[in-house]
Amino acid sequence: MTLLSIKGVSKRFRGLTAVDRVDLDVASGEIWGVIGPNGAGKTTLFNMIAGQLSPDAGSIELAGRSIHGLSPDVICRLGIGRTFQLVRPFRGLSVEDNVIVGSLLRHAKVGDARERAHELLRRVDLYAKRGQIAASLTLPDRKRLEVARALATGPKLLLLDEVMAGLRPTEADRMVAALRELNRDTGMTIVLIEHVMRAVMALANQILVLHHGAAIARGRPETVVRLPAVIESYLGTDALA
Amino acid sequence: MPLDVYLNVAISGLLTGLVYGLMALGLSCIFGVVRIVNFAHGEMMTAAMYIAVVLFQAFGLDPLIAMVPIAAVLFVFGYALQRGVINSFVTRPESTQFLLMIAIAIIIVNALLITFGPDARGVQTSYAYDSYALGPLIVDATKLYAAVAAILVAAALFGFFRFTLTGTAIRACADNHTGALVVGLDVRHLYALTFGLGAACVGAAGSMLVLLVDVTPALGPAYTLLAFIIVITGGLGSMGGALVGGVLIGLTEAIAGLVFTPSAKSMFSFAILVLVLLFRPVGILGRTAR
Amino acid sequence: MRALTRDLSRRSIVLLAALLAVLLALPLVANDYQITVLVLILYLAYVGQAWNIMMGFAGLLSLGHALYVGLAAYLSGLLFKDYGISPWLGLLAAIPLSASAGAMISFLAFRFRVTGVYFAILTIAFAEFARIGFDHLAIVNGSGGLFLPVAQNPRSDLWLLRGPPTMFYYVILAATVVAALLSRALLGSRIGYFWLAIREDEQAARATGIDTFRYKTAAVVISAGVTAFAGVFYAFYYNNLFPEQVFNISRSIELIIGPIIGGLGTLFGPVVGAFLLTGLSELLTGTLAALGFDLPGARQVLYGSCLLLVILVLPGGVWPFLARRLRLDGGRR
Repeated sequence: MTLLSIKGVSKRFRGLTAVDRVDLDVASGEIWGVIGPNGAGKTTLFNMIAGQLSPDAGSIELAGRSIHGLSPDVICRLGIGRTFQLVRPFRGLSVEDNVIVGSLLRHAKVGDARERAHELLRRVDLYAKRGQIAASLTLPDRKRLEVARALATGPKLLLLDEVMAGLRPTEADRMVAALRELNRDTGMTIVLIEHVMRAVMALANQILVLHHGAAIARGRPETVVRLPAVIESYLGTDALA
Repeated sequence: MPLDVYLNVAISGLLTGLVYGLMALGLSCIFGVVRIVNFAHGEMMTAAMYIAVVLFQAFGLDPLIAMVPIAAVLFVFGYALQRGVINSFVTRPESTQFLLMIAIAIIIVNALLITFGPDARGVQTSYAYDSYALGPLIVDATKLYAAVAAILVAAALFGFFRFTLTGTAIRACADNHTGALVVGLDVRHLYALTFGLGAACVGAAGSMLVLLVDVTPALGPAYTLLAFIIVITGGLGSMGGALVGGVLIGLTEAIAGLVFTPSAKSMFSFAILVLVLLFRPVGILGRTAR
Repeated sequence: MRALTRDLSRRSIVLLAALLAVLLALPLVANDYQITVLVLILYLAYVGQAWNIMMGFAGLLSLGHALYVGLAAYLSGLLFKDYGISPWLGLLAAIPLSASAGAMISFLAFRFRVTGVYFAILTIAFAEFARIGFDHLAIVNGSGGLFLPVAQNPRSDLWLLRGPPTMFYYVILAATVVAALLSRALLGSRIGYFWLAIREDEQAARATGIDTFRYKTAAVVISAGVTAFAGVFYAFYYNNLFPEQVFNISRSIELIIGPIIGGLGTLFGPVVGAFLLTGLSELLTGTLAALGFDLPGARQVLYGSCLLLVILVLPGGVWPFLARRLRLDGGRR
């Protein structure tokens, strides 16, 4: 079943075409990696899916329903959770409260929301730090927190924007494992923007490559990373080693 | 009412508006560069007005001449304030900066109240009742001189920013803070300089205004609000906008005072403010992108 | 009750109970003047809490809160003066009035994306509007002032709020306690969490599914509605209303200094702030009087200086600092 359907989506900022007629069909349960050089339009694409920006052209549908131009909170309620490239936790609130804010979307009572938050914190291995203030967390922990908070909103589709950036290889591996587990246990559909290729290769069953706003390749990871266009624009021959 | 009454009132409003514009110019400078919302602006001007009164009563110094030392005093005050206190606040949330200036405003106004008492004080120059006749129009000498002085000071400021090296450096800081740091500009000094200049404008405007209006401590908050109305209407960060806004508000108040009651005239200014905030928050001459 | 005392340490509950007991007993030992000072303290504490809902919880800076006080004061005052209607019934009309004003302002502001400092200026504009408008409103006698008929006998009439300062003291004490409980309940509720999220990072809050427009409006409306009681109290305590005083911007600023000094967003901040400020200012005027000075404006200089000091040195406010020292915080905020 196609969960997310993006057709011919474009975005221009005055003279610059940030996203150029991109198509993407994400089936339920799939994990898509979106890769490409900086400035390729990846985050802009995410911003359009999640509602922070409105597409200039094209359509975006979630489970058959158009989400074009809806505001971010409505889109979140409809089932899309996202993390930000530069993490944005609620700094003054505790780890626990950060996630409770998310789970309150689906649980009217604070008590229930708190229980759900605890479950999720355990899943991302932050339960022990639940009383800590978010501002005092290390970067990897903040990333985990943001994932937990996004998950708390009960999404059908999770958008992760460079969630591995700044993580050491062991930390990145842990994050990959947690995400894989999530996908396996709950069938969560995930689309992730990533530069850390090892994470992409380990997680994604499909990859989309963007360059100058346009989709230049898509398909299974092993195939895509060998395409000359992809190597030339982004990966470089060393990446194949 | 006959047309020339309207015209006279309009001219009067326009001239007063130019002085308001100079005051607002100071605010615009400060906000445009240092990005501090100076909630003590009107209070600083009231202080300047009092200094003018004191100098006049003690030495018989005409406010238009006293303008120079007063502007200098306020320049020093502004520089010290920015360098000493406000600089450490640049990274704090907006509302905290705002509250800082509110605190300073409260202290200034009430210090003035304690020193001078609540009664109005004025300046009675030798030409206080003179006027010029231009056909059917009658223009008050005081308003004319004040307006001319305001234009001269504004022009000097424009010239400074446009043609001097320091002025260009300041504009660079406003444009790109990090970039300015990278090329080695002493941003803290330049910020302080700008605040000082803004304060100097206020000082000059105050000495001019005291020719037109008697001063009481209560004027402080009233003029702060007026300055904000003008600057927001004309365009926050736009120097030309401050003058345009000043003239517009001066005119509106004058005509409104004539058509309705004088005490209701500020209602129109507030109405304009609300409309601008809602429909064109960048103001008439404001830039949209930052 | 459990929900309200959750994560308050044993120590703080005991201290609170003791404080309440002291406050209840004070009129027995205080003279009339001291009681009027206490009434002022509690009035500021009450209004500070109402304002805190908007600012401390949702992060919306209102510098025109006197608008809500004034509207409620005038409405209830007028209903009493012309129709003999009890302030408690007048309150039922005043709350919707103030709340509607809040709804209108927030609708305009949020619909047109007016935020931060611009929002604050907008709130000032509306209060000024009311001030000038009421000055010309014949039905409330404009700048001439609205005077409430004062009862001749000194008996306490709670229904009409006529009586000695002591009666008013207990009324405002009860109100302050209710406001504190309300704040606590709100803070721990779903809406409280959403407000804190909005205060911390509005964009992230929206990405987490929160309808920020709705909840920001709720903060303004609730804050305005709670403030209405203060307006009614003001009218019946002072018995005279002048637009110039009631809607004045210094009123609006006066009532925010307490919560800021005490601690924004905390439960006891407004109360601590009110006590501190009024206490200090009484000390100041007392000392000046003893030295033979009568300086109008001295209190305000004190307020401004305290505000400055707190902003520079203790940005979180006095209460969080005190609470840490006294080891009172078991609460998360």
